[in-house]
Amino acid sequence: MSPSIIAGFVGAGLVGIGLYALIVNPEPLRKLLAFNVIGNGVFLVFGIVSRRGAIAGFPFDPVPQAMVITGIVVAFAASALAVALMLRLAEEAGRVTLEADKSTKPDEGARSP
Amino acid sequence: MTSAEATAPGGALLMLAILLPAVGILASLALGGRNAERIALGSAPLSLAISLAVVAEVWRAGRPIVYVVAGFAPPLGIALRADGISAVMLVTSALILPAAGLFARAGFATPPGAPEQRGALAFWIMLQAISAALAIIFVSGDLFNLYVALELLTFAAVPLVCVEGRAETFAAALRYLLFALFGSIFYLLGAALLYGAFGTLDIALLAERVRPLPAVTAAAALMTAGLLAKTALFPLHLWLPPAHANAPAPASAVLSGLVVKGSFFLVVRLWFYVLPALPAIGFDAILGALGSAAVVFGSALALMQPRLKLLIAYSTVAQIGYLFLIFPLGSGVHGWTADGWNGGLMQVLAHAFAKAAMFLAAGLLYEALGHDRIAKFSGAARAMPTTFLTLGLGGLSLMGLPPSGGFAAKWLLLRASVASGQWLWALVLLVGGLLAAGYVYRILAPALSSDPVALKAPPRRTGEAIALTLALVAVALGFAPDSFFQFLDIGRPVLATAGLQ
Repeated sequence: MSPSIIAGFVGAGLVGIGLYALIVNPEPLRKLLAFNVIGNGVFLVFGIVSRRGAIAGFPFDPVPQAMVITGIVVAFAASALAVALMLRLAEEAGRVTLEADKSTKPDEGARSP
Repeated sequence: MTSAEATAPGGALLMLAILLPAVGILASLALGGRNAERIALGSAPLSLAISLAVVAEVWRAGRPIVYVVAGFAPPLGIALRADGISAVMLVTSALILPAAGLFARAGFATPPGAPEQRGALAFWIMLQAISAALAIIFVSGDLFNLYVALELLTFAAVPLVCVEGRAETFAAALRYLLFALFGSIFYLLGAALLYGAFGTLDIALLAERVRPLPAVTAAAALMTAGLLAKTALFPLHLWLPPAHANAPAPASAVLSGLVVKGSFFLVVRLWFYVLPALPAIGFDAILGALGSAAVVFGSALALMQPRLKLLIAYSTVAQIGYLFLIFPLGSGVHGWTADGWNGGLMQVLAHAFAKAAMFLAAGLLYEALGHDRIAKFSGAARAMPTTFLTLGLGGLSLMGLPPSGGFAAKWLLLRASVASGQWLWALVLLVGGLLAAGYVYRILAPALSSDPVALKAPPRRTGEAIALTLALVAVALGFAPDSFFQFLDIGRPVLATAGLQ
């Protein structure tokens, strides 16, 4: 089994673990961590892809590497935004859960102005 | 290797459409709150002029116009391409965003002498960010570039939900963000698989190279699932009602009217432009079935909502369902495909204007009455006739009654489903129309009673005029001439295997 196949399986495994965690954990922070685990799996897959998809005769295709760097920046920004939202939610509501969201209950009517 | 594409005359307009709001964002950040509003509203006519110029250029050329960024041709570089639907969507976004912006001056303007607010600065910057992200989504020809644009769109849309800073808005925004992140990471994984298989992410090159490999099926499934989460197609719609109902009215109008259409536009790009060569393996039927479920569930839930904004938000869930009928009715090469395709796109436009108008009207009602409980609307139509006229005209389009854009859309879809013998979709269209009539009646019926009503504040005339104008555009779309649909067809890929069908 070549190293790139092993790395591919590890990437797929990370995506699977992350997806499982994303679905079963109700806490937003855990969901965010699960998103990051999936993200790492995807970046690993991109790494493998750079060995296979060489288009311009390079021994390693530089395009997927550029994509991974962009992807990491985007994932970092997304995580920062999510953490900031969680902190503000904790400040305002004193809790960080998404269950029994008041605004989705039909009987919580008009907002106080 | 295909011959390298060259920048077409007028191609630089595509770059301008993206750069204008991007420069506006930077200038707004540098110059601060009072100027952010001026920049956002001041650049709107320019942005509209650019999109109209793109329309004129595409119309004149009769084929998509191309701009090769920095002269690096794909596969190494990125090409921007505008076809008929990109140009029309650019104009739609250039009309709805400034309408929402003008409406929002009541809540987010910084009057002379007043201290500058952080919320206002964020609002005006995010409005421009949505304009920039949508422009990239509509014209980009590269799947990775589109991924970045999708993320930009999410990062601009999520803060708009919670710009008022109440606890429930943060919860709604967080839920929205988590769904969107799940969506984008799966889209990215799909893009990685496509790149691994074919060595390019350029849409035109991929369309030539795509062969039915297992990796392509997996990539298509991953990318579609991711985009569906962002488009809030049933059953991934859970984030939408709280997010759209809790946002300030102008933000809701933009989110419901435009932002969900961004990710839908990518699903269309993916299936009709990248993967038309993929043999039918039932994906279009699955998308149609999910869309039908969304129509029925969304409308039924809308019927049960006590608050107007929640009702309108659930109606968005239902109307998004109709969009996905474009996949079973608009794909392949048959006599009815053009009807299905035109109907689906008309639904995108009609819903964008009708829903934006209705959310703005709901905002006006909330301002005037101090609440948006439908049960307590009795008599309100006498005090605010223009607002309820707007709700009625928007509702007309949602129901699909003539004359309106919604009617044109549903009529075309209905014709396609009858012509193709796919009766199930026709049934969904009719049931959906009935349910929509039910929830629009629920809004209007109590309001038309003659009970006395006490307004907390007189309705804003300019706000009413803006909302009514949007609703009138939704109605006017019903009179779209044939040449409009010919324009939408510019650049629509037709299967090379037409003879085999």
